[in-house]
Amino acid sequence: MRLLTHNMLSSNIKGVTNGFPLRLQVEKSVEKEVDLNPDFLKNIFPKIEWKALVDASHALGYPELPDDAEPSMLDSHDFLKKFHHALLELHVEEGALICPETGRNFPINKGIPNMLLHEDEV
Amino acid sequence: MDLSIEVDSSTSIVSSINAQQGEERNKMPVPSKISRIAQIRLVNCHPEVYEPCDDSFALVDALLADRTNLLEHQPRLCLEVGCGSGYVITSLALILGQESNGVHYFATDINPHAVEVTRKTLEAHGVQAEVICTDIASGLATRLEGMVDVLVVNPPYVPTPEEEVGCDGITAAWAGGEDGRSVIDRILPVADKLLSDRGCLYMVTLTANNPLQICLLMREKGYASRIVVQRSTEEESLHVIKFWRDADVEVKEPNRTSPTGTESWLSQFSRFPFWRNSNS
Repeated sequence: MRLLTHNMLSSNIKGVTNGFPLRLQVEKSVEKEVDLNPDFLKNIFPKIEWKALVDASHALGYPELPDDAEPSMLDSHDFLKKFHHALLELHVEEGALICPETGRNFPINKGIPNMLLHEDEV
Repeated sequence: MDLSIEVDSSTSIVSSINAQQGEERNKMPVPSKISRIAQIRLVNCHPEVYEPCDDSFALVDALLADRTNLLEHQPRLCLEVGCGSGYVITSLALILGQESNGVHYFATDINPHAVEVTRKTLEAHGVQAEVICTDIASGLATRLEGMVDVLVVNPPYVPTPEEEVGCDGITAAWAGGEDGRSVIDRILPVADKLLSDRGCLYMVTLTANNPLQICLLMREKGYASRIVVQRSTEEESLHVIKFWRDADVEVKEPNRTSPTGTESWLSQFSRFPFWRNSNS
């Protein structure tokens, strides 16, 4: 699971109003290098919750992202490289996503988060 | 009154490509042009996961047939709901390209075995997609709203007793409840929420699902539609329908009463391009 996905997932338990961001618990992570596409990063940037990305990348041991980001920073190649690395190259293999409101644990196994709910949560 | 659509059994592009792949395997190296879709021999399987079948091939055929169109729209985020073996999402990733082209893929399935098989199928083809075990797009729909440029769905469309819908294991892959519409009717509003302004949905349907009525439902949400692939198999008549937002389609108020008389049904249908085509 990439941090792009982490940034797009929220707790889907019935009645939860504050389900984002899910707290990331990392047991095992990997890095997979992929080509950088500046257009993709510039287009996705406005949709990214920056603080959630920064916190998640810290959980993965990558502290390079600035605490705050604004669109003008997208002109810097150095910034794009760091944004790209955090968003698309860091993968959580084993761990969990934790609902910020209920503390419910959604496991991540072999890189796949399991968001299935129990009957009483739907 | 017969509202069924004329079905012609066209030759499958996928079968011919698979045959070509078979021939090309004897010559080395395999030209990259041929490997535009997933290869059956690299698709993983599991007893509880739906294997690529006529409906999967029809869906991939539709994506291949519409490839130029898809590439013109420069999609960034693509999603498959109900990825099963991973055959379709892998093919889509091979058709549209990967990160260097700025395209990213998500795939969901309610079956934990299916997401695992999809992961292996993607890996065997050297392509990447984010795989999530969830019901339709539960957990994704809020943040991914309005961001999906290509949505592909081969839903559970077989008419079955309602209690079989969403069962554990492989049953979830085909059990569609009454008229095979239970899951489809849950997917449509989610699709509407997820799709970007230029987004399009490719969905497999069966004649028993009443595809024309599905098109009407989507029309009320502002979508135009077109049949990309029609195919008759021994057991079923399949259509792959493409839906896209069309400014010319008048969005109807929700809860508006649908016309029920025969004449109003017909006048609605006659506005669909494919309906006109099938009559011409």
